[in-house]
Amino acid sequence: MAKKTSVQKAFLSGNEALARGAWETGLSVACAYPGTPSTEILEALSLYPELDVQWSVNEKVAYEVAYSAAVGGVRSLFACKHVGLNVAMDPLMTSAYTGVQAGFVVVVCDDPGMHSSQNEQDTRWVGIYAKLPVLEPSSPAEAKLFVAEAFALSEKFDTPVIIRMTTRISHTKEDVLLGQRTPCQPVKLAVNIQKYVMVPANARVRHDFIEGRLTRLQAVSEKSKLNKMEINDPSLGFITSGISYHYLKEVRPDASFLKLGFLYPFCDAKIAEFSKKVKKLVVVEELDPFIEDHVRQLGIKKARTKHPSFRTGELGPGVIEDVINGRPKNVPKLPARPPRLCAGCPHWASFSVLKKLGLFVAGDIGCYTLGALPPTSTLHTCICMGAGVTFNEGLRRAHPDQKIVGIVGDSTFVHSGITGLINAAYNKAKGIIFILDNSTTAMTGGQNHPGTGLTIRNEPTKRLDLKALCEVCGADHVDVIDPAGNVRELEELVSKRINEDALSVIIAAHPCKLIKR
Amino acid sequence: MKKQAYYNITFGGIGGQGIIKASELLGWAAMYDGYHVKKSEVHGMSQRGGSVESHVRFGKKIYSPLIGPGQADFLLCFHADEHPRLVMFLKSGGTDLVEYLKRAEAMVENPKHVNTALMGVLSVFLPISGPSWQKAMETVFSPKILDENKQVFQRAQGLVIK
Ligand code: SF4
Repeated sequence: MAKKTSVQKAFLSGNEALARGAWETGLSVACAYPGTPSTEILEALSLYPELDVQWSVNEKVAYEVAYSAAVGGVRSLFACKHVGLNVAMDPLMTSAYTGVQAGFVVVVCDDPGMHSSQNEQDTRWVGIYAKLPVLEPSSPAEAKLFVAEAFALSEKFDTPVIIRMTTRISHTKEDVLLGQRTPCQPVKLAVNIQKYVMVPANARVRHDFIEGRLTRLQAVSEKSKLNKMEINDPSLGFITSGISYHYLKEVRPDASFLKLGFLYPFCDAKIAEFSKKVKKLVVVEELDPFIEDHVRQLGIKKARTKHPSFRTGELGPGVIEDVINGRPKNVPKLPARPPRLCAGCPHWASFSVLKKLGLFVAGDIGCYTLGALPPTSTLHTCICMGAGVTFNEGLRRAHPDQKIVGIVGDSTFVHSGITGLINAAYNKAKGIIFILDNSTTAMTGGQNHPGTGLTIRNEPTKRLDLKALCEVCGADHVDVIDPAGNVRELEELVSKRINEDALSVIIAAHPCKLIKR
Repeated sequence: MKKQAYYNITFGGIGGQGIIKASELLGWAAMYDGYHVKKSEVHGMSQRGGSVESHVRFGKKIYSPLIGPGQADFLLCFHADEHPRLVMFLKSGGTDLVEYLKRAEAMVENPKHVNTALMGVLSVFLPISGPSWQKAMETVFSPKILDENKQVFQRAQGLVIK
């Protein structure tokens, strides 16, 4: 082909393109906690030296730091995976009321197909629940364009703006046009008690404001170029968004399309207009019937929808015909090689001891969740971040005589295990909390956290002393042991501690084998 | 080979074999040659030795980043065990490059270079210019390992008898 262009391009993932777009739009502050598939957004932003970026302790903290920077008058961004948003819901819900001084963008990466997640929740509903606008790009190139749009909307309408991504878009790479950075003048910090102090009297006023804001945003959605109508063959039309658009274009390039990029508030008039222009109308989306339910609410009876069996998992070019025709899912499952702990992983030693002693193990989220799979099969619960600590307590309250331990990784412990440990000590719970300390956030590719004593840019900083922390939280004993090569000692220690009427922490410390520093 | 509107290449193997790097190389090379490119795979658990699959598509305009069953022009398999799972991607008349896996393994001294060798093989079949491949290698390989990879790439092109 060899038609060379002089414009500058790069081959970027959706996450990298979004980061580039935010940088070009004059971003100043960005915060996140690592989580697949969102991790690379902050990693990409950390490469721009003029930005203030951080791995925060957890998503709630990340949200609050990034959001308050926007309240302070600089453009800022928060990024997380879908389940990470649950942790940040508290500030998110009220930040919808208080609004911003400078643009604030909330990037949430959903994981249809659960490539690396514990559930398949669909973030689009948060738009309705929190009364916030939701944009949904369909490709890396669009992720870059949409983030600029999101900052503009945020400032114009005094609102956080959600950008909803999915794994397929976050991790697809595409050639993307690069632009220049336009820095942004910070706004002066001004006192505005009515706007930023959410006591009931002020919050009532703000609630009225955001109801009105939704109506105004809907008018923008109606006119937005992000909601694109393509009228081709009028005998078949699709209402779609995100990656589904590209699967449909691949399989039915001649059909007509209404592609929703400004997803919420919905462009009702445009949807009605489109439905009149086409003979057969099909709504195609991944996961929940989000667009589908709304189209039904609009009274558009002819809209056909996917079979409910397609509410789980990703779509793809291979299943699109079944989706269009309302057929149930029928994908032959080919056995793929399951993941396992790396050879030489320090967790093997800890699991071998727990398995040998036949303990019930309350687990948590990290590489070590793989301990649930054969050959170890020695992890018996995994729900959410920090639950290794709290499940030890609750399970023991149900079965005071049973030998139960909780395990949690170092990064996960800092994220949300600390409060569980304080709770256990305060409420006189017993047992062993195992901190599998591999000195990194290994599951997501090896990010720093307070326990590593290094920032996102590998600069030295204050290092959190896990042992001292556990002691002040109220653990009766805190033992630190290197599990690799000391399996006998570890076994003796666990056997001793499990029979004591005490709350113990065992820090099994050995660096991750894969992620070298 | 007849010029096509677009090309679909499926890569597969297991974590740690450099599949992502290899497909990355193709992506940059196709971009430098002026094509629209999309590449897709899944990160996450794959790092821990699980199956890895990467899809690269390039042409004038690409929509889906994933290749549907029976749509791949080329299949590049990095691990013989994964081959039966991946073969369903090949279109009828598509080119299965699995026969080059053993030869690539035999050719290189450092097993880390198998992926680059397979890319050298693939390059012979694709309408992407030499300078674009060179530029892509300069983009994806660190300066320390650039020369050795360029050499492996070039030598592996000689494995193909068309
Ligand atoms: S990445 Fe590190 S912690 Fe995770 S399984 Fe491998 S060695 Fe273990």
